[in-house]
Amino acid sequence: MGNNAQSHGGAAHGTVKEYIVGLILSIVLTAIPFAVVMNGGVSSGLTLVLILLCAIAQVFVQLVFFLHMNTSSEQIWNTTSAVFIVLIVAIVVLGSIWIMQHLNHNMLMGH
Amino acid sequence: MNTLTQTPEPGYTGYVAQEHHHDYAGDSLLGFWIYIMSDCILFATLFATYAVLSTGFAGGLTPKDLFDLEFVAVETALLLFSSFTFGMAMLGAQSKNMTQLLLWLSITFALGGGFLVMECYEFYHFSNEGAGPTTSAYWSAFYGLVGTHGLHVLAGMLWMIVLVVHLLRDGITETNHTRLACLSMFWHFLDVIWICVFSMVYLMGVM
Repeated sequence: MGNNAQSHGGAAHGTVKEYIVGLILSIVLTAIPFAVVMNGGVSSGLTLVLILLCAIAQVFVQLVFFLHMNTSSEQIWNTTSAVFIVLIVAIVVLGSIWIMQHLNHNMLMGH
Repeated sequence: MNTLTQTPEPGYTGYVAQEHHHDYAGDSLLGFWIYIMSDCILFATLFATYAVLSTGFAGGLTPKDLFDLEFVAVETALLLFSSFTFGMAMLGAQSKNMTQLLLWLSITFALGGGFLVMECYEFYHFSNEGAGPTTSAYWSAFYGLVGTHGLHVLAGMLWMIVLVVHLLRDGITETNHTRLACLSMFWHFLDVIWICVFSMVYLMGVM
């Protein structure tokens, strides 16, 4: 994507090709976990890994192809704030699960 | 001769480095992006609550009893295609093509509406089957998380209506283009949240 694709600082524009590639990748990354879970036959551990990997990959596909996120100087603050939020979200979600699991363990719940 | 009191050239503002035609729109978009990031934290707390309460069925119905993955796949398809059609609408705005913009925006609105109708039907169906928001901790967390996403979609659709009124009144002006770009970010963001919802809630729920 060249500089002429950006007329507003901080907001990049896409092209038809970019949106179509993003759509196709999203469909594939949605179909894989749905097919695996609906057909069964794969061990639950592997299914879990597949679901998580496809979800993370699709989030990146949408950020890059639909939200046009990149590391150009116009976009750097959007990207920086997003990276910071990923850290906060990880602390909130993983931290909560971790703490509550230990709490359940110490309170002998579900044992 | 004192150079400091020299009369500046006409048009000189003293802010040469900041002089950029589209700066104002860029600030609005970055500001809206920061709002979206704060919305991420809202959803993070709801996802954390859901994860923590994911086994709290209180002896009642579990997601395995109720979730229908084919139904969820259709919901997902509607939202994914609406994200794509909004992209097409943005390209219409970029080329100042009002017909293309309104056409793709209407398709996006219809797909979003279809998604919301399906979600309302699902909530109604689950409640009738005996899994309402007050049934157990799990179902409270479920309705809280999925319902908040649904409310965001509804807000996006209302925004679309308001924006179309503005577009019909003023055309594709600089201001309207900025508004459209903000709504576009919001709509794609809702799709990103839905990816997390169908992966964490529906797919992991029936595993």
